Amino acid sequence: MSSHQLEIILSRQLADSLSIPIFLVDPDGNLLFYNEPAEELLGKRFEETGALTVEEWSTMFKPNYINGDPMPPKHLPLVKTLENHQPNHGSFYIKNFKDKTIRISATAYPIIGRPDRFLGAMSMFWKNEGS
Amino acid sequence: MKITIWGARGSLPSPSPETNEVGGNTSCVQVESDDTMIVLDAGSGIQRLNGNVPSHIKQIDILLTHLHLDHIMGLGFFSVLYNPKMVVNIWGPTGVNFDLESRLTRYLSPPLFPIRLKDLPCQLNLFEVNHSAFNIGDLKISSAYVCHPGPTLGFRIEGPSGILTYIPDHEPSLGSSNFPNVPEWTSGCSLAQNSDILLHDAQYTSDEYKTRIGWGHSTMKDAILFAEMSKTKKLLFFHHDPGRTDNHLNSLLKKEINSHPVDFEIGLASEGDQFIIGEY
Ligand SMILES: [Zn+2]
Ligand SMILES: [Zn+2]
Repeated sequence: MSSHQLEIILSRQLADSLSIPIFLVDPDGNLLFYNEPAEELLGKRFEETGALTVEEWSTMFKPNYINGDPMPPKHLPLVKTLENHQPNHGSFYIKNFKDKTIRISATAYPIIGRPDRFLGAMSMFWKNEGS
Repeated sequence: MKITIWGARGSLPSPSPETNEVGGNTSCVQVESDDTMIVLDAGSGIQRLNGNVPSHIKQIDILLTHLHLDHIMGLGFFSVLYNPKMVVNIWGPTGVNFDLESRLTRYLSPPLFPIRLKDLPCQLNLFEVNHSAFNIGDLKISSAYVCHPGPTLGFRIEGPSGILTYIPDHEPSLGSSNFPNVPEWTSGCSLAQNSDILLHDAQYTSDEYKTRIGWGHSTMKDAILFAEMSKTKKLLFFHHDPGRTDNHLNSLLKKEINSHPVDFEIGLASEGDQFIIGEY
């Protein structure tokens, strides 16, 4: 057993206490945690899916561009942040576990600990009204 | 590995006839293994360590968990710093904008102190650590940031004969999701895993903590739960509240043990206490 680094533990604490849907991933993109509002958006509880690899979570929601074309996983804001260690934002469609198509916006930002340790990333999601 | 407690008080030195047994000096612990000598934090307890540095020791490594005053106030009064033949290595947490030297110099320079850090006669080296591991003699040190305001480390010291973990300032219930049930998601837990002795923050009672959440310290109860979770063999309460007398500390300890019986030893870290892990 080895515990997560403090910055990741505190990020999970923050995500756990917010009403905005949040994903938390490690530097390899493994989905470590998503909070209750994200569970509602995705249509599945974290306990049911458990930790997911980047290949699993980036494709299972079948992301589409706003024009309807399929979006390659590398264009997802969170995947971009894992690549460039910078904040990224975008809007797209996903199909959740309940087969419902939802238009969402996502803002991803890197988690960088002292002095310069890239520890993972967080993504916040907003359901776009009227979708 | 031999461990000697020279200061276990939190926040402020509190010498008085009522604190004589546990002691009123702030954090300072001496660790010896063969020719290696490590000093954990440089609180006011360092004054008594001055008379207890073995004569064969030529190098001393000081490991600072963080730079709150109660952990560095004794540094300028450590006699070995004035010995030109002594190699002194100071290890401390990395910051973001200022390096360890400039942060320590804020204290070790006029007007707060008459002598500047860089003018000390010993052979001084400074090392910044964060989430890292390094060796000192035959001891393996692991460090990790723990939940406490400002960059704050905990240390795990593994020797041939056993493990000592030192986390004097730590708020585990804030640095954890679902404390005390998920070790992987608890700050400091890998440091403390299977340690023979754990020196851990136990500053508050559970009642006091209600109005001090976020101040960076642990309750006695959480210290016990943390030790239990990390499968520690012996827990010593550390960073005693400066307002606490010996009698009060002893009765609180008894109460906590009775309300949460565990299968490992629990005690109060007290000045002058000596512990041996394995053979020494
Ligand atoms: Zn302290
Ligand atoms: Zn402190």
